[in-house]
Amino acid sequence: MSALDALYQQIILDHAKLRYGGDLPESQTAAAPLAAGVGQSHQLNPVCGDEITLRVEVQDGAVAAVHWNGDGCAISMASASVLSELAPGLGPKELQAVIESFREVMRSRGKIEADEEVLGDAAALSGVSKYPARVKCAMLSWVAAEDALYQAVTPA
Amino acid sequence: MNNAEVLRIRNDFPILAQQVTGVPLVYLDSGATSQSPSSVLEAEQEFYEQRNAAVHRGAHQLAVEATDAFEDARSAVADFVGVRAEELVWTANATAGLNLLAYSFSNADASAGGGPGSGARFALSAGDEVLVTEMEHHANLIPWQELCRRTGATLRYIPIDDDGALRLEEAQRLITARTRVLAFTHASNVLGILNPVATLVAMAREVGALVVLDACQSAPHLPLDLKALGVDFAVFSGHKMLGPTGIGALYGRRELLDAMPPFLTGGSMITTVTMEEAQYLPAPQRFEAGTQPISQAVAFAAAVRYLEETGMDRIAGWEAELGQRLVSGLGGIEGIRVLGPAAGRPRTGLAAFDVAGVHAHDVGQFLDSRGIAVRVGHHCAQPLHRRLGLTASTRASTYLYNTTDEVDAFLAAVSEVRGYFGVARDEDGAHG
Repeated sequence: MSALDALYQQIILDHAKLRYGGDLPESQTAAAPLAAGVGQSHQLNPVCGDEITLRVEVQDGAVAAVHWNGDGCAISMASASVLSELAPGLGPKELQAVIESFREVMRSRGKIEADEEVLGDAAALSGVSKYPARVKCAMLSWVAAEDALYQAVTPA
Repeated sequence: MNNAEVLRIRNDFPILAQQVTGVPLVYLDSGATSQSPSSVLEAEQEFYEQRNAAVHRGAHQLAVEATDAFEDARSAVADFVGVRAEELVWTANATAGLNLLAYSFSNADASAGGGPGSGARFALSAGDEVLVTEMEHHANLIPWQELCRRTGATLRYIPIDDDGALRLEEAQRLITARTRVLAFTHASNVLGILNPVATLVAMAREVGALVVLDACQSAPHLPLDLKALGVDFAVFSGHKMLGPTGIGALYGRRELLDAMPPFLTGGSMITTVTMEEAQYLPAPQRFEAGTQPISQAVAFAAAVRYLEETGMDRIAGWEAELGQRLVSGLGGIEGIRVLGPAAGRPRTGLAAFDVAGVHAHDVGQFLDSRGIAVRVGHHCAQPLHRRLGLTASTRASTYLYNTTDEVDAFLAAVSEVRGYFGVARDEDGAHG
């Protein structure tokens, strides 16, 4: 497999088109008052101008759903998609641990192997860590999720 | 110029001989930063090995030689753009030059009644207007936004049409007695379009507005005579024209520079200092506080000498050919939208484009895997991209060391992008 194919694995290209969770209407991306247990975060990649607004819904002690609105490169879209598929069902602490595990892999410059048990399809993004210029693309939705999760579980 | 000559030129640029990811480097990002010939690198090394000392102070031999080298460099770069040495201020880069202007203007004191050094003619206040264009690089936009915020003046902009050309009827309407500053780029870093400097200068003259020209994308690529263009100020950067980073230049008409208050203050820019106040040197020293980028100035001069020896007319001709080859080639690829003037219309040696269904970052990554270096993103021109309905684009920018074979290798790679990302079949219907 070429270095490029290792970066853009078929599962990544599929997720980039599938955009799982990418169904948050533009009209709901404003920072409006949110229901209890719901957090939302807007993140911007100043390098390319890509933006994402991501919402985390927590119900009965677990993530019920992740929805987002955004547009960007294949890496950032696939990353938001795998995250949205992975998060539901996890407890807040579990999701936080997954986010930290993903961040550790992304920052490792290819030195840390992703744990598929923990990261699921997101493990396919581990090739991004060898391209420091693209790590921000992969992290954008995860940073948004971390912030949204914090808001969702922090009493107003 | 022709490919055979370019191949000889390339021998002067050691960095271009390398391979990346196992294939020859095709460097098409000179619009962001250019590469340096050995003569530039050697000039800097020779300075440090034989002449290095602080300039404009010290009576020892090295200090004299360093000062001569520094001021000879100023003369060389000033000559290159058709101005006098005392009208050329060293800056860290073009951005620093534009900020110098904007801060000097806001240091001007309208109440001082036009006395020497008060710079009353530069003072802005509510009711005054600064006019830019919709295609500006952030460096020629944000300093003016901030100047207006500090002074209460209003920022306006000349819009562009769908091909990226300035709408001159709008310019005519917007340039009024309230316009104090007209700041615009000579050549767009995204569109490759050349703006009609003479027309805009004439409009500004009618209302007495100061004209600031961003020459970052013209000084490296075209014969440039700032005096003939008639602008009041201009900026450009060394690293975009074969020189080192950390140095650029601000040109200002002598009488304006001498009337303008300083921005950065401190050592080397004063005549008499007491514990209460200071008197300032005339330009250019008035604007060069602190130790200057001396070796960079020397290397910058070596860069313009290299360009002069090659011939700016010939470089401009070659790049125009490469630019047309880029645009006509890209125009023949399914799903590609080129920004700026259509094929056959005047453009510099660069082309930015959108690939339907593939984000610019992914385009750039694909090209990188073929050894091709391009710029992706908004190219520091977010408002322009928004106007064109985009967040980001991919840009290939050439220079005197690029061959037509490199342009062709780039075009061949671009033609594979949509297939690689699996959008060619999905979207051909939608994008026709």
